[in-house]
Amino acid sequence: MLVRFFLALRSAGIPVSTTEFLALLEAMQARVASHSVEDFYALARLVLVKDERHYDRYDRVYADYLKGIQTSFEALAQGDVPADWLRSKAQLLLSPEEQAAINKLGGFEELMRQFAQRLSEQSGRHEGGSKWIGTGGRSPFGNDGYHPEGVRVGGQSRNQRAVKVWDRREFKNLADNVELGTRNIKVALRRLRRFAREGAQDHLDLDATISATARNAGYLDLKLVAERRNAIKVLLLLDVGGSMDRYVRLCEELFSAARSEFKHLRQYYFHNCVYESLWIDNARRHQQRLPTTELWRTYGPDYRLVIVGDATMSPYEISQPGGSVEHWNEESGARWLARLLSAFPHHAWLNPAARESWDRTASIGMARDLLAGRMYPLTLAGLDQAARALTSQ
Amino acid sequence: MQATRFTGTDRYVATDDLMLAVNAAITLSRPLLIKGEPGTGKTQLAQEVAAGLSRPLFEWHIKSTTKAQQGLYEYDAVSRLRDSQLGDDRVRDISNYIVRGRVWEAFACETPPVLLIDEIDKADIEFPNDLLRELDRMEFFVYETRELIKARHRPLIIITSNNEKELPDAFLRRCFFHYIRFPDESTMQRIVDMHFPGLKRDLLKEALQVFYTLREVPGLKKKPSTSELLDWLKLLLAEDIAADALRESDAKKQIPPMHGALLKNEQDVHLYEQLLFLNRRNAR
Repeated sequence: MLVRFFLALRSAGIPVSTTEFLALLEAMQARVASHSVEDFYALARLVLVKDERHYDRYDRVYADYLKGIQTSFEALAQGDVPADWLRSKAQLLLSPEEQAAINKLGGFEELMRQFAQRLSEQSGRHEGGSKWIGTGGRSPFGNDGYHPEGVRVGGQSRNQRAVKVWDRREFKNLADNVELGTRNIKVALRRLRRFAREGAQDHLDLDATISATARNAGYLDLKLVAERRNAIKVLLLLDVGGSMDRYVRLCEELFSAARSEFKHLRQYYFHNCVYESLWIDNARRHQQRLPTTELWRTYGPDYRLVIVGDATMSPYEISQPGGSVEHWNEESGARWLARLLSAFPHHAWLNPAARESWDRTASIGMARDLLAGRMYPLTLAGLDQAARALTSQ
Repeated sequence: MQATRFTGTDRYVATDDLMLAVNAAITLSRPLLIKGEPGTGKTQLAQEVAAGLSRPLFEWHIKSTTKAQQGLYEYDAVSRLRDSQLGDDRVRDISNYIVRGRVWEAFACETPPVLLIDEIDKADIEFPNDLLRELDRMEFFVYETRELIKARHRPLIIITSNNEKELPDAFLRRCFFHYIRFPDESTMQRIVDMHFPGLKRDLLKEALQVFYTLREVPGLKKKPSTSELLDWLKLLLAEDIAADALRESDAKKQIPPMHGALLKNEQDVHLYEQLLFLNRRNAR
């Protein structure tokens, strides 16, 4: 009973376990819900789906199971919809007259059939317009657009008129999560913890009190210690813009995980390579700059330096004065990098670019030489290695 | 006989699937994990369920420093040391110095209680893992007195989360999960009717329109939620603002009166003003 439904959920990538399935059967036996289709829908979702990000998938599996329709899901999944198509850039707001003027296309089946067809015909990003899949248009397929019977692909539902939501982007994000979710990052970053007692002594040290009391012939002698805190201080330099845009999400996750793990965490931004100044706030990079020399004047050598960047650039940006793409730099990036690394002896570079591509990119090789090999891929294993390198004396 | 089914109260509008969620959690005595946008009434749900079923409510509010053990019990060693100095007889029995936590209190309750674990995502990431056995078997062991504490009646446990941290799978597997969706216009109308029974129809209609337009402004840091709408309506009523005033200040052209109740972030207000400026320029 319902085993097929259960298996369909699993194959759609919703992490349901046997215990949860048994709980559902138990709930049905206990007659928690009436026998209507809507109630079963809500009940099964309550018991089986534990993350609102999976609701959308669940809806599809449920509809599929109920109607016995083999949606063209698999077929569609094979035609890869690039995520940057769907990044919403424009939101089309039409007047009611215009909305009324858009005719509905056939029925639902017709819509899905055409979607598959257009997906195979189309081979590029598309925005606006009224036929191709993309953002902000009037084609029935895509995101943020308006068509009375549209299929939404990626992004947030704004007009709430899609007959069926086929949200491709959620799957992509989720696949990322499996590799390196914030939780995983946090667990990996925990290796960086080194607890030390600092500050006010306000915790009772039970062992010391007992032995002191015993030595004091039974007369109570309270001993207090300071609370244990993570004493690791981290200086985070993030590469932003250009080739790093692809990894923004990954870096954001790392950053949000790091922020809650450390008490002392400072972050600054740079572009491609470190030169004589860094910026404090990425949004106002031209107004608020900090001379790089200030960095080692302000923070001591006990700070752990973590650089996050793909180190993918023209080799001149590292080796030559004036090589920067943004401004004229008097001294080469390599010299600044070397100064930075000598000021902070505990350092590591996390590189989100795939490990296989490192040997093919000259600038990565140069950066690795400068770092004496302390460059690690931005994966769980890499993070783990970096944490080890940072804590070793 | 106590009520065993939750059907909402006169202060709280529960949608059908939320009622089903609560009732399933009661029937199968599993913890119910509630998520949703801030201001959709997650914490209030526990209070209303307790009131609706006339069960006692135990609230455990989680902070970033809360440890799982604190919900069970704490051993007050300092008082015991002090008492031993004073030669108090109580000192011989360690159980005098075991301080019960909220979970223990709920387990010991004579009637089936409701236990609210509020904002579980605020705590350390290992916090939920430390409560697995307690939630599953509804029992725990007191090491100091070598005593096994079992729940007299399995409490209805309601856990809320704001999604600040991801919860571990083992924990999720033991819970039922419900995501409180942002109410649609008809549900919102019911909620407002319940809170402001005398509100004029046309004012409400205009206000809701302004509110939903505002929610659709792209890029807002904090979208206004139900509780903010209710506050705003309260202000509109107190200032006696007429429906036409709202209509004239069509959200696309002008910033609505008392917007401070809806937009709580100066960047959001700024962004909104910029959008209005653009709209006006385009209209010209």
